[in-house]
Amino acid sequence: MASANVHPASEPARWKYLDSVRTRPGPFTDASTFNGSVVARAMETMKVLVIGAGGLGCEILKNLALSGFKDIHVIDMDTIDISNLNRQFLFRQEDVGKSKAEVAARFVEKRVRGVRITPYNCKIQDFDEDFYMQFQLVICGLDSIEARRWINATLVGLVDENIEDSYKPLIDGGTEGFKGQARVIFPTVTSCIECQLDMHAPRAAVPLCTLASIPRQPEHCIEWAHVIAWDQEKPFPQLDKDDPEHINWLYQKALDRAREFNIPGVTYSLTQGVVKNIIPAIASTNSVIAAACCNEALKIASNCAPSLGLPDANYMMYSGNDGIYTYTFRHERKDDCPVCGGQARDLPADAAWTLRELLDSLAARPEAQLRQPSVRTATKTLYMQLPPSLEEQTRPNLDKTLAELGLDHGQEIVVTDPAFATVIFMFKLKFKSR
Amino acid sequence: MLKIWSMKKEQEKAENAGEGTTAPAPKKKRVTAAQLRVQRDLAELSLGNTMTTEFPDPDNILSFILYIEPDEGMYKGGRFSFSFNVTPAFPHEPPKVLCREKIYHPNIDTEGKVCLNILREDWKPVLNLNAVIVGLQFLFLEPNASDPLNKEAADDLRNNRDGFKRNVRQAMAGGTVRGETYQRVLV
Ligand SMILES: [Zn+2]
Repeated sequence: MASANVHPASEPARWKYLDSVRTRPGPFTDASTFNGSVVARAMETMKVLVIGAGGLGCEILKNLALSGFKDIHVIDMDTIDISNLNRQFLFRQEDVGKSKAEVAARFVEKRVRGVRITPYNCKIQDFDEDFYMQFQLVICGLDSIEARRWINATLVGLVDENIEDSYKPLIDGGTEGFKGQARVIFPTVTSCIECQLDMHAPRAAVPLCTLASIPRQPEHCIEWAHVIAWDQEKPFPQLDKDDPEHINWLYQKALDRAREFNIPGVTYSLTQGVVKNIIPAIASTNSVIAAACCNEALKIASNCAPSLGLPDANYMMYSGNDGIYTYTFRHERKDDCPVCGGQARDLPADAAWTLRELLDSLAARPEAQLRQPSVRTATKTLYMQLPPSLEEQTRPNLDKTLAELGLDHGQEIVVTDPAFATVIFMFKLKFKSR
Repeated sequence: MLKIWSMKKEQEKAENAGEGTTAPAPKKKRVTAAQLRVQRDLAELSLGNTMTTEFPDPDNILSFILYIEPDEGMYKGGRFSFSFNVTPAFPHEPPKVLCREKIYHPNIDTEGKVCLNILREDWKPVLNLNAVIVGLQFLFLEPNASDPLNKEAADDLRNNRDGFKRNVRQAMAGGTVRGETYQRVLV
């Protein structure tokens, strides 16, 4: 870092009040982890990743830069649309069509001296574990549950119990109209996004038969074009929701259908909204939630005060639908969470064993006692008791050795058993010969 | 700097007091949430003697075919197959299910789309694959005229039940109904 330029003469004054908060202990500061003399430097060198540069992302980037973070990275695959300008305040009319991540990064860098923001105009899935390993903190301002689940699973997967730096706290903000939530996840320590999936009611879909026979709303016509007309006519090999040409095709189809049923209100932007499942955003709800998220980031990075999730409440919900209501509570981690639960236990085995011998050992081991086990790895179905066709296909594996099946020392296997319908057992093979 | 590490160590100490530490295993591809859930769901399928499955690639349990041979009702004597494709978002999203034959049915269109509430608007993550196959089976026992996806078939069922029955037999034999030729599905 060009540290010579970080603190010009006016800089100490700029951060005076922030420093009062982050470098001095308060009544709730944990003395064992707090060291006021190194906080400012630690925050300057800390790499923070922001996911999303939309409504929440603009707020988050601005807040982080004004909270003393200096090495910020931001990922967003979207380009700026004219409809974003009412609340995504880092963008101007002449930016329409440009990358959100790039424009947002340049704007905040120009506005807050000494901050470096590295933009990535792509999908989070384009990066591998090594990329995510470089950050100390991740903050999400996303509108899609799929992307949240992906980054959550990735950060949980990074955890290596022998490497302190592999634990990346995840701060997640989300809004829907006047409602929102801020939560903090310490991977494998506190409840994760997958544990909390029940907090997201899936959006009510319209019955297919309504779309097919009796549309009543403009949204029904758009969904009809999306779900039925597209499949029948296949104008392009694969629907790309970010391609204006594809959205326009759906828009024209929806418009024709709306005329047929005398339904007003189908527009291009409504088509885009319905197809991309966009929930109308309200600027100030984004501000409230982003502010809550960034204060948690400041506290986690500086240890100046306890953050959400340390150790109790980890989830703050906000609702402005009827007055103002907020509720902060502890969402429990789920032992059977498919992402963070079931840390694999060691299972002694031998490369020369047949799969049948391995399964027999599962029945005999006191911690397992599984008599009807079905076993898979991430890429291979080793043996399934049911359904019958799959049992038949995998039966020959029973007489193969673990070596022949390509199973190695350290291989994770997933075992299910109808006697424990709700439990998933994860084991890690531990070969004796090693 | 971050407090998470000390928290984790305390948690571990509390969990397995006394156990020795083990060497870290090399990182392997992790099993996805959808795979875990499907592995569990498959063990709970009650197929009875009217249904069978087929896995084109046994290593990919997220994609399979379900065969239904109704032993009662108007569709008795036919053999119908459905492709199941479970997306990574399962169980947050329902599996994608398509009928692989072109059949005459008020709740299945000629593209194979199925109007079954739990495959769309009423899906909940607590539902499992068994709930879906029970629902599909039910469609052949009780075709429903009030949720039409094939409007002509629904009109026939509502207005002329005997005529509908005849049309079903004709379509199942590979015949033509109201100008639409259907696929032979008789066994
Ligand atoms: Zn979890």
